[in-house]
Amino acid sequence: MRRFWPMVRKEFIQMRRDRLTLGIMFGVPVVQLLMFGYAIQTDVRHIPTIVVDESRTPESRAIIQALENTGNFRIVAYGDARGALDDAIARGRAQAGVVVPWDFARNLGRGSTATFQVVVDASDPLSSQSALSAAAGVAQVENLKLLTAAAGRATLPVEARVRPRYNPGLRSPTYIVPGLVGLILTMTMVLITAVAIVRERERGTLEQLIVTPITRTELMLGKITPYVGVGLFQMTAVLLLGRFVFDVPLVGNIGLLYAVSLIFIVASLSLGLFISTLVETQQQAMQLSFFFMLPSILLSGFMFPREGMPQAFQWLSLLIPLTHFLKILRGILLKGVGVGPIAPQILILCGFAVGLIVLAVRRFHKTLD
Amino acid sequence: MTDVAVDIQELTRRFGALTAVSQLSLQVFRGEVFGLLGPNGSGKTTTIRMLCGLLEPTSGSAKVDGVDVRLAPELVKTHIGYMSQRFGLYEDLTVAENLDFYGGIYGLTGAARRERIGEVVSFLGVGGRLGQLAGQLSGGWKQRLALGCALLHRPAVLFLDEPTAGVDPAARRNFWRAIHDLAHSGTTVLVTTHYMDEAERCDRLGMMSLGRLIALGTPAEVARAVGGQTLEDAYIILQEKDER
Repeated sequence: MRRFWPMVRKEFIQMRRDRLTLGIMFGVPVVQLLMFGYAIQTDVRHIPTIVVDESRTPESRAIIQALENTGNFRIVAYGDARGALDDAIARGRAQAGVVVPWDFARNLGRGSTATFQVVVDASDPLSSQSALSAAAGVAQVENLKLLTAAAGRATLPVEARVRPRYNPGLRSPTYIVPGLVGLILTMTMVLITAVAIVRERERGTLEQLIVTPITRTELMLGKITPYVGVGLFQMTAVLLLGRFVFDVPLVGNIGLLYAVSLIFIVASLSLGLFISTLVETQQQAMQLSFFFMLPSILLSGFMFPREGMPQAFQWLSLLIPLTHFLKILRGILLKGVGVGPIAPQILILCGFAVGLIVLAVRRFHKTLD
Repeated sequence: MTDVAVDIQELTRRFGALTAVSQLSLQVFRGEVFGLLGPNGSGKTTTIRMLCGLLEPTSGSAKVDGVDVRLAPELVKTHIGYMSQRFGLYEDLTVAENLDFYGGIYGLTGAARRERIGEVVSFLGVGGRLGQLAGQLSGGWKQRLALGCALLHRPAVLFLDEPTAGVDPAARRNFWRAIHDLAHSGTTVLVTTHYMDEAERCDRLGMMSLGRLIALGTPAEVARAVGGQTLEDAYIILQEKDER
């Protein structure tokens, strides 16, 4: 392995001189974190809402107030007729509409069911979901209030107390930031090494290199080593920004986190190298990397829970290293677990790292044909 | 037979239906400057690449410095230096960094590496440009640097594939002076070219046409064998024949 260090040195100097790539590698974590942290919220609040109050009674105003108090609805307009409501939703000025019929107070007083309608724009499933549950909740609370009063009780007979462990505020950043560490590493590490071998081939430097006694293993390991440092830096940047800008609690063992991340970084870099041995041009390398990245984002459980996917896709997602790394990240960072609970995932990542690097080395030949 | 540095027997390489090199047999002696001459597509580059272990021969055999290129292509690489047609060094590294990298890759370390790089730098006169990026060098300086990197491990045989393409005449003359110096100190040089003045400077020539060796000997012998007064006549006769 004595030719390994000259290779590392050379890659490091080239990396340092390539200002654009360097800027992207260090800029990506920051931009992504701010984007995901600020812009992407899965808990949708303040849905623009139009209200048509036909009843115009204290009772109807109370129910509208109760809806607004949930924080999920933001009343942007009052309409006189249902036509105005349909029009506002169709034009996108409102995403939800509330109609309180003229007989609302009368039905309430008579003891028959008083209905109010909540219309939602379900072309956006996340916000319609949050509107529907908020509306159902308001009705539930009103019912309980009225029924307990009618039964002459001061307290509720049964109450469920839900305690959201590990993310008490159910905040998006707490869920997103640990996953983002994995996503950013996948994106940059795979892409960087995917172009590594083909770039040398395209520039004509590979021919001169493979006519030397350097072994395939020395060449491959030398190529990925400098980027391990880049990966660790990216990870540190995301964790620090997550902790101090988005207030994400980082409770676990940081030493363990770095050790496991190192395995994931090597696995990702090796996957990139493997891609590099499959393609002829840098452009193909990028296409193949993106082809791999999309399932990584969608199937790994980064944004959508894997439990909701059909069985076949759940199995498919096990072939993606990020799937296993996400479990580790959330386990260590949010739950503060030790090696025990995440041992299977750690072993799988080790398998990926070793398997992919062996595959890349075996695929690479020191010949021109 | 220790005076044979390159021993080629019936060497053949096919790319699909195309036979790039066909049944090539020749010997290059130690300390000789041997030229492979021929039009584009005559199989010169394919031959050199097979001898360097970069391409696998379809059939036949070749020994370089006593090492069989088919049986031990990696071992061959420690015995040879190679310069490809296209500049193959790192343009984003400086002259010194390229030398240092190739010194390391050829297994030189510490003081031995520094000393050897110093020797090569003074032999090729690149001392004034050590801090310059290789990509900013002119064609002539790039050639010298490439030769320098190929020499660091004192190879027994040097393969040069059209080393002076795109280099000005003065730099070409200097380059050939260096080649002859190397040959005098015992290095075997196998060079491809299609410059006639360069071919004239070789000790012996092999003339190739459509993958076959059609003449072998001193420049004068080769010219006569092909049927021209001078080597240039011979070359043109050959090229016209190929194009028909």
